[in-house]
Amino acid sequence: MSVLVYTESENGSFKKTAYEVASYAKGVADMMGTDVAAISFNANDAGDLGTYGVNRLHNVSDSKLDKFNAAAYANAIAQAAKTEGAKVVVISSSADSRYLGSLVSVHLEAGYVSNVTELPSSTDPFTVKRTVFTNKAFSNTAITTDVKLVGLSKNAYGLKENATECAVQSFEPSLTDNDFSVTVQSVDKATDKVTIADAEVVVSAGRGMKGPENWGMIEELADVLGAATACSKPVSDLGWRPHGEHVGQTGKPVASNLYIAIGISGAIQHLAGINSSKVKVVINTDPEAPFFKAADYGVVGDAFEVVPALIDKLKAFKAANA
Amino acid sequence: MKILVCISHVPDTTSKINFTDNDSQFDTSGVQFVINPNDEFGLTRAMWFKEKQGASVDVVTVGGAEVEPTLRKALAIGADTAIRVDTPAVDGYQVAKQLSAVVKDGGYDLVIAGRESIDYNGGMVPGMVAAMTGASFVNTCISLEIDGNNATAIREIDGGKETSTATLPLVIGGQKGLVEESDLRIPNMRGIMMARKKPLNVVPATDASSETNSVSFSKPEPKGAVTLVEADNLDKLIDLLHNEAKAI
Ligand SMILES: Cc1cc2nc3c(=O)[nH]c(=O)nc-3n(C[C@H](O)[C@H](O)[C@H](O)COP(=O)(O)OP(=O)(O)OC[C@H]3O[C@@H](n4cnc5c(N)ncnc54)[C@H](O)[C@@H]3O)c2cc1C
Repeated sequence: MSVLVYTESENGSFKKTAYEVASYAKGVADMMGTDVAAISFNANDAGDLGTYGVNRLHNVSDSKLDKFNAAAYANAIAQAAKTEGAKVVVISSSADSRYLGSLVSVHLEAGYVSNVTELPSSTDPFTVKRTVFTNKAFSNTAITTDVKLVGLSKNAYGLKENATECAVQSFEPSLTDNDFSVTVQSVDKATDKVTIADAEVVVSAGRGMKGPENWGMIEELADVLGAATACSKPVSDLGWRPHGEHVGQTGKPVASNLYIAIGISGAIQHLAGINSSKVKVVINTDPEAPFFKAADYGVVGDAFEVVPALIDKLKAFKAANA
Repeated sequence: MKILVCISHVPDTTSKINFTDNDSQFDTSGVQFVINPNDEFGLTRAMWFKEKQGASVDVVTVGGAEVEPTLRKALAIGADTAIRVDTPAVDGYQVAKQLSAVVKDGGYDLVIAGRESIDYNGGMVPGMVAAMTGASFVNTCISLEIDGNNATAIREIDGGKETSTATLPLVIGGQKGLVEESDLRIPNMRGIMMARKKPLNVVPATDASSETNSVSFSKPEPKGAVTLVEADNLDKLIDLLHNEAKAI
């Protein structure tokens, strides 16, 4: 029977999300008294999947699948699930996994619940907690189909070690021309930067920064913290920052450990995107800014004074704790 | 080109979210419903195709009579025909089944849906419709060009963008970026008058059960008060982040 997990990799190495979904799949497998199988595409080896409780890896080696391809990957994942007789399939909530999730669901006739934050409260009926209303609430949702597809929210479950031996075997799905009806022409990715989706720390700034020329200190603060940079919607609408950095209801959700909001008012649509971040720090001149109600820590002050001082102090802190 | 835009009827973004009936139902009292923001970008892109390249644009929603004002708004923005599939929306799968029946009946070349609706955020309807109708699919689409039977789409990926090509029929999950926000249209008086005369066809539901059901809702625990740190005492902030929050 087993629980099957789709483990994302890049250039042959597993991403952190792969270990997080593997950890979660192991948790589900323990509840159901079964083991964990994984599927990956063009992985070099099993990486640390064994550490996180994966017993078997079905690796697909195919140069046609070097670039992510939602339809082909989905078909292969569904075939692996059938080979394993998997009753539960677990994927992450990355842009790629969300892209293929609905396709896997139709292949397997598996009820799909995305944005799941916890292990099932029960496996019969199979019931999971997910976020709804853009993180303003949760729903306990039961999946009524024989096979279940779970999309795990980022950073919701964390990494849990459960060391075992992971055997690698090759897997050859049968794919058709239909699986290649969408052809990727080019990928444009800022490779040297932490992305909002992967970052543990996000430094975000809003209209309070007055203009794009003032982002130098935001980037420097992000550098010191190893953080990704983000922004509020008007900032990307004004073209001060790229659209991909816009956080919120109509932008990206952020589930980082630490979210630092500088010169952002904290409108409800912005807060919706950061509710699942763990620790929130706000720097704002206006003590009445709504963001202070959502924050854990706050500094009432001018970003143009606070941020440079904070950068200096963090550098000193890092040097002392290196 | 025949375009179908899938419209989700959702609570306005500032709505307070509450539940009734022992936390089993969303409380709609006092809630204003709007066209799902992701769908609005798609509808505007569809109008662009209609005006610049020639296309017919139908809109569709699955739901009871209460969704009709949202469909009328889409007609006032410029859609030609609205379709309401007469059944409550239960889950992503059941909605996708209903929409797929409309897509197959209408023989659409391009189906534009939003990447997710801002109520249940499932993000599954566009992909399911593509899989159920055998169309190509591009998700989180931020740019779409059509030339004859060929589409070029750009999608947002984690940390960048990806450009791909596909042949029609195509389904996209669209979002902000498909058009500029400043190009979004507000229905004007003439549009509203014309919308009254446009057809709003109510079609019966096809037989489709759901695959999931929401058993109960809950809200996040109320947050404790913020700890304020003086602007000239940032060492304190670093200490709190390091020792209390364990975030650095
Ligand atoms: C349908 C819809 C969807 C939306 N979706 C989103 C979304 O996804 N994401 C999003 O962010 N917004 C979204 N919005 C917009 C949202 O309502 C707010 O307008 C937006 O979040 C405000 O951005 P801001 O806080 O950067 O700017 P402002 O509201 O202008 O606030 C700037 C803040 O900076 C502070 N400030 C000014 N100068 C300084 C200084 N020197 N130092 C420190 N602080 C300073 C001010 O006190 C103020 O609090 C949406 C709106 C709608 C209608």
